[in-house]
Amino acid sequence: MESLSEASCPAVGRGFRLQWESAQDAHVLLYPEGMVKLNPSAAAILTRCDGARTVADIISDLERVYSIEGLGEDVLAFLRLALQRGWLEFRQ
Amino acid sequence: MTAEARQAPSRRPGPPLWLLLELTYRCPLHCVFCYNPTDFPHVATELDTGEWLRVLREARALGAVQLGLSGGEPLVRNDLTAIVAEAHRLGFYTNLTTSGVGLTEERLAALKDAGLDHIQLSFQDSTPAMNDFLSSTHTFELKSKVAALIKKYRYPMVLNVVLHRLNIDHVEEILAMAERMGAEYVELANTQYYGWAWLNRAQLLPSRAQLLRAEQSMRRFRALVGSRLRIFFVVPDYFETRPKPCMNGLGRVFLAIAPDGVALPCHAARMLPGLSFPNVREASIESIWYDSAAFNHYRGEEWMKEPCRSCPERSRDFGGCRCQAYLLTGDAANADPVCDRSPHHHLVTRAVEQAAAAATGGQPLLFRGLRVRKGAG
Repeated sequence: MESLSEASCPAVGRGFRLQWESAQDAHVLLYPEGMVKLNPSAAAILTRCDGARTVADIISDLERVYSIEGLGEDVLAFLRLALQRGWLEFRQ
Repeated sequence: MTAEARQAPSRRPGPPLWLLLELTYRCPLHCVFCYNPTDFPHVATELDTGEWLRVLREARALGAVQLGLSGGEPLVRNDLTAIVAEAHRLGFYTNLTTSGVGLTEERLAALKDAGLDHIQLSFQDSTPAMNDFLSSTHTFELKSKVAALIKKYRYPMVLNVVLHRLNIDHVEEILAMAERMGAEYVELANTQYYGWAWLNRAQLLPSRAQLLRAEQSMRRFRALVGSRLRIFFVVPDYFETRPKPCMNGLGRVFLAIAPDGVALPCHAARMLPGLSFPNVREASIESIWYDSAAFNHYRGEEWMKEPCRSCPERSRDFGGCRCQAYLLTGDAANADPVCDRSPHHHLVTRAVEQAAAAATGGQPLLFRGLRVRKGAG
């Protein structure tokens, strides 16, 4: 499996679906017979994982939108967790 | 504590996150362990396409998000693709539970296009002879072909095998079959004793020795394959000393709609006496979920009797399964007798002992739908 780097282009994993749920007032990740309710930071990262943007793009976009610098390590840590859980994958 | 204060915690429940549509009770298989009612309603009473689509829209508007499509065999409905398409458009995550009978390549392609997210395929055992005996059909080869199609259409392959005395000794062979087919997940679900399975309980309950051997085989296999093949083992609750948190509490997250439109807080709940379950033909999903007496009856803890009422574990297991309490003790408000704090626990241990003693003989297996039993159920 490709290892995570700033040049990777993660996408929502096969079998998972990311969507806004107004009843939950949150983004959720759906998978067979289950649902994860995402906090706003997790949602901000995952909604940018479209398989086209690189990790570097995602980090700089988040830093720009939220006017915070030095988000890189936090974003990478979350992406590693999300990959491990199958929420994200790398598309060829 | 005043009555008002007692009622304060039972605020408006959350939405029915998990909607199960039992589209039909019709099924080409005749499985001996089926949980469907033994006196199932006639085909003529099934909801039509428009009615199912209305159920989907109303439940989704309340916040339902996971959709199960099951039965019976949902593929016998020729509007299944239309139902999946609308569910997908509405934002449901769609799960199909099927025997595979009727799942041609053409049909699967259409379902994939319609947005079907997930398929769970049932097998009855690891060999054509046992699979076909237990379902009283010749379906093993067909199921194997369907398994290949599921892979071809890039679905994760999820196999479900219901375990009982007649196949539990084949756990190793069943897992080997799953591996050969390239399955990603296998659910080994021990039989739950409702419906046809309840009638066949004396023939289906495994012995404790069988169960231990099966768990050992499963662990050996799990160590061998690692994360390549995930194995879920659903333990048979008759061998436990604490009950399952059935449905995570009735009326909390789960809403089932039976083929004839009857709304149920659990797919087996139809048997519970004294409750008049509302029908989607006569009431909206919103009024059924929030306002109907049947859905409010087992919410909260007011209905509980001792030992549940004062038990520190009541908020974790909700007293277990109401249907099991009713079937075994005659009162649905009793503690699930699986719990060893229940004064009726001996009914469960005795059933296990009797099953072990009478491992052969007794009444013959009753194959679902192949023998009409008046008043059974």
